[in-house]
Amino acid sequence: MKQNEKKNKQKETLVKVIKYIKPYSLLLVLTMVMAVISVALTLYLPILTGDAVDMLNLIGTEGFWQGLFGILQKMAVVIVLTALTQWIMSICNNRIVYSVIQDIRKKAFRQLEQLPLKYLDAHSHGDIVSRVVADVDQFADGLLIGFTQLFTGVITILGTLGFMLSENIGITVVVVVITPVSLLVASFIARKTFSMFQLQSATRGEQTALINEMVGNQKVVQAFNREDETLEKFDEINERLEKCSLRAIFFSSLTNPCTRFVNSLVYMGVGLTGALSVIRGGLSVGQLTCFLSYANQYTKPFNEISGVITELQNALACASRIFELIEEEAQVPDKEDALVLTDAEGRVDIDDVAFSYVPDRKLIENLNLHVNPGQRIAIVGPTGCGKTTIINLLMRFYDVDQGSISVEGTDIRDITRKSLRTSYGMVLQDTWLKRGTIRDNITVGKPKATEEEIIAAAKASHAHSFIRRLPNGYDTMIGEDGGNLSQGQKQLLCITRVMLSLPPMLILDEATSSIDTRTEIKIQKAFAAMMEGRTSFIVAHRLSTIQNADVILVMKDGHIIEQGNHQELLEKKGFYAELYNSQFALA
Amino acid sequence: MKSLLIYLKDYKKESVLGPLFKLLEASFELIVPLVVASMIDVGIANSDKGYVVKMCLIMAALGFIGLASSVTAQFFAAKAAVGFATKLRHALFAHIESLSFTNMDKEGTSTLITRMTSDINQVQSGVNLVLRLFLRSPFIVFGAMIMAFTVDVKAALIFVVVIPLLSVVVFGIMLASIPLFGRVQSNLDRVLGTTRENLTGVRVIRAFGKEDNEIEKFDRQTDALRKIQMMAARISALMNPFTYIIINGGLIALIYTGAVRMEMGILTQGQVVALVNYMSQILVELVKLANLIITVTKAFACGNRIASVFEIPGGMSRQDGASEIAGKEQGTVDFESVSMKYHEGGEEALTDITFHAGKGDTIGVIGGTGSGKTTLVHLIPRFYDVEKGCVRVDGVDVRNYDVTALRDKIGIVMQKAVLFKGTIRENLLWGNENATDEELWQALRISQAEEFVLQKEGGLDAPIEQEGRNLSGGQKQRLSIARALVKKPEILILDDSASALDYATDARLRKAIKEMPGETTVFIVSQRASSLMHADLIIVLDDGCVAGMGKHEQLLESCQVYQEIYYSQFEKQHGPEDDGNEAE
Repeated sequence: MKQNEKKNKQKETLVKVIKYIKPYSLLLVLTMVMAVISVALTLYLPILTGDAVDMLNLIGTEGFWQGLFGILQKMAVVIVLTALTQWIMSICNNRIVYSVIQDIRKKAFRQLEQLPLKYLDAHSHGDIVSRVVADVDQFADGLLIGFTQLFTGVITILGTLGFMLSENIGITVVVVVITPVSLLVASFIARKTFSMFQLQSATRGEQTALINEMVGNQKVVQAFNREDETLEKFDEINERLEKCSLRAIFFSSLTNPCTRFVNSLVYMGVGLTGALSVIRGGLSVGQLTCFLSYANQYTKPFNEISGVITELQNALACASRIFELIEEEAQVPDKEDALVLTDAEGRVDIDDVAFSYVPDRKLIENLNLHVNPGQRIAIVGPTGCGKTTIINLLMRFYDVDQGSISVEGTDIRDITRKSLRTSYGMVLQDTWLKRGTIRDNITVGKPKATEEEIIAAAKASHAHSFIRRLPNGYDTMIGEDGGNLSQGQKQLLCITRVMLSLPPMLILDEATSSIDTRTEIKIQKAFAAMMEGRTSFIVAHRLSTIQNADVILVMKDGHIIEQGNHQELLEKKGFYAELYNSQFALA
Repeated sequence: MKSLLIYLKDYKKESVLGPLFKLLEASFELIVPLVVASMIDVGIANSDKGYVVKMCLIMAALGFIGLASSVTAQFFAAKAAVGFATKLRHALFAHIESLSFTNMDKEGTSTLITRMTSDINQVQSGVNLVLRLFLRSPFIVFGAMIMAFTVDVKAALIFVVVIPLLSVVVFGIMLASIPLFGRVQSNLDRVLGTTRENLTGVRVIRAFGKEDNEIEKFDRQTDALRKIQMMAARISALMNPFTYIIINGGLIALIYTGAVRMEMGILTQGQVVALVNYMSQILVELVKLANLIITVTKAFACGNRIASVFEIPGGMSRQDGASEIAGKEQGTVDFESVSMKYHEGGEEALTDITFHAGKGDTIGVIGGTGSGKTTLVHLIPRFYDVEKGCVRVDGVDVRNYDVTALRDKIGIVMQKAVLFKGTIRENLLWGNENATDEELWQALRISQAEEFVLQKEGGLDAPIEQEGRNLSGGQKQRLSIARALVKKPEILILDDSASALDYATDARLRKAIKEMPGETTVFIVSQRASSLMHADLIIVLDDGCVAGMGKHEQLLESCQVYQEIYYSQFEKQHGPEDDGNEAE
């Protein structure tokens, strides 16, 4: 039962692989034609060699040298042609394989761009990376070997079969009947090892995830002197990997010796039946020698093919992991008639929304909020109360479970994601910058910004002075995760990014948490100017930054427990008043 | 690549036995034709059916012995290769862990990850193949040449020409493609980098609707990767055709020479056939070899990339005459005219800093964004080395400490709260492996995390996902503070580590830290004046220089930068729109 499942899965994977190869059928045909020609030529060469050797019998006779040269010339032509076809074949093969894996990687990456955040937040990034990089690589290796050896192998088998049939049908039958045993053996081993390779792939993924986590956060590891313990953890997986790799590699490498053994039995069978029929007088010694050599020629590709099958096993195991990712349910696509939001005024309505990350743990229930254009909405509350979740919903990183959110009266599920999201300018507490120059990072939202606009935005966010002092100013490269920039500097860049693109609505989630207050006051002014006439959602701990909000939502445990402006809420002497006063507790 | 071979040393036995059994198998393979010959010459010639059957049984036996030795060979080769890769991976991981912050900043994470994974896998396959086949092939090639010499010296000279020619082609193509495969891997690094970046920055990329640009960039990178892969492939694709031409050219020469020598009466037809057979044997072997050489070449390129990571000096060097003495005073920190640069030739991140922190003192570090606050505290556990001056902990220069001993004294909470996959308990135990549950809860109480940990299903055993994905920013910060507290350090450094906490929680946290038993020296880095105004010493930084130092009252009177910071916060909080009295 389980075996059948595995087999089906393998078959499915294979079908998918073939789909990816399809666009290159022209190259595939070419490489097959080349394979036929080169095999025919390689089989023809021994015949010519034989002819030349037979010519040697005529040594000393007239025209010997002329005849020999004739054959040798033919040989030379055949050799050059063979080399040429081989070369064309391998170029074609490489092109097919590298194009196919590029297509797969592209597809996988496109998938990453449209996987719902629900998936990405819940899966190890290291494992996903390992699928896109390491697994695709392994797949390429297998596929390439498959191409280079599978065709030639099959054609060689057919070719020799033809030659043998023309010589003696009886012995050919012996060969043909016994040889498939080696294929049986090979496919038996392949079946057994498929799951071993899958285990190896999975263990590798696990290890990559650990490496990703530990190497990525090396500094914390060192600060706590945890190098040894981390290494121990790594070694535990490493040892498991060693065991399952050894099993996978060893058992799959049995294919070759086993099929070779079957082949030597074939050879023996031909020898036995051949020799006996020579004795009976049904065959000449010369024919026997010829048969023995063809039997060899015939079985060799079987060897290779079974080796190739192992490689393909491994490749398929890797491919199935990639396809798993590619086939993961993508986010619900934008509706065909989805509205492209342009020049939003900023009316946002949240009606009766319920949402939870985990089905059985309710987070937000009965959330209602109506925002008029230009209003400033502040969301406060203790950590973990669901503030960030509201932002996830507004940006449609997650879809609501119940109720609806509308912008300008249209349900956001009827608006294209891109136009919805670009209508918001977002600054998050978690600052993220991409590899590239400072300029690249600032102009993310507005690639065609002029130098003046960039500098104006940077000045408004007070990032200009520190950028100017960097070695190459706006063209300074920053590495992964912002490299050497401090958290505050990164945040300033994130603010500049939004300042430059100036979308109609703003979301500021702890936008100034890492910036010193002197600078913050200055930025606040810029923010104030930016927020003028723009609907803004502000999440902040520093209550001072939100006092001017039109509506302050006080959240606790996923509910809005108080709502009003600063003055009203203070007078209410409720949770907000308590929060507000607490910030001066030790002051 | 050569330097990596030491990781094979525990597998000497396997690395010798593997190829040896392979040779054994090859030898049995070479015997088979002799058996066939005698079957024909003796068995058929005498019509001896018994003899024919006997010879066939011998062939079967040879095949079986061949199978046995081949299986043994595969096992040893696989064991050595996998063991080698395991050891190598272990060593590389340990080495990467020992890299200094400076080198980590420079190398970047993605490339280290490809080297740990994809590169090592390639090397493993390479080693496996070398052990299985690289001895066998030369054995058969040279064996055939020697056999040729026994037949006829003059004709055998053709072999002497052909074989070096083959070596030149094989090794030439190998040498030419190794650097190309190296470039393939570094292109792969870039692909990996973009993939990673798109996972970590998914929210920002989607917020800006930049999916298409990222796709375009990824496409460009995979395109570059494919082009360089094709280039490498085009060169290695020459291998097969060239070797084929050389060998068969040799064959033509052999037949011609054979004919000449036959005419002279030196060679018989049978001998010429034998020579031709030896030449074909070489060809068969080389065809096998050529397919493998690509793998081996790749393995070489990858091996070099791994070796280059090992070449980055690991760890922090100790000064000459380093003393092992841990200072006696507990928890003092001295900076003596310290200057620090991140890069050779770059601007100074810190300039001429001098101060003294006594046992149990609370030191506040305040200053604008990018003024060097984090740099200053990172010098205490010696994450970076000073450029000038020196940093002393407990009276001893930090460069004279064993790094582990030094860092054991210090608990640091970084700006970015990072937790690891596991349970809350496992994460807290990072501070101290032997801490009791009581101690853990105490640390959680101080870090204001007790409440939410109690609410979690499983309490201390509640699972934490990779990088703490299932926790909010504030929860992560509080747990990472607790982790440092579990350590019960002499020196506690809080690097702006309460930024995600609301004021009420922050205030309770500071109060609890102040009331901690024992005399811990505490460094508080913060933007909030209220967080450190009660410190024994406040260091005000501006652009890497000390702008003022002293107590709150002194600074408020004399230090302009401090005044600005302070009033920027308290003016706002006590601003005109509220009377500001309800706070006090």
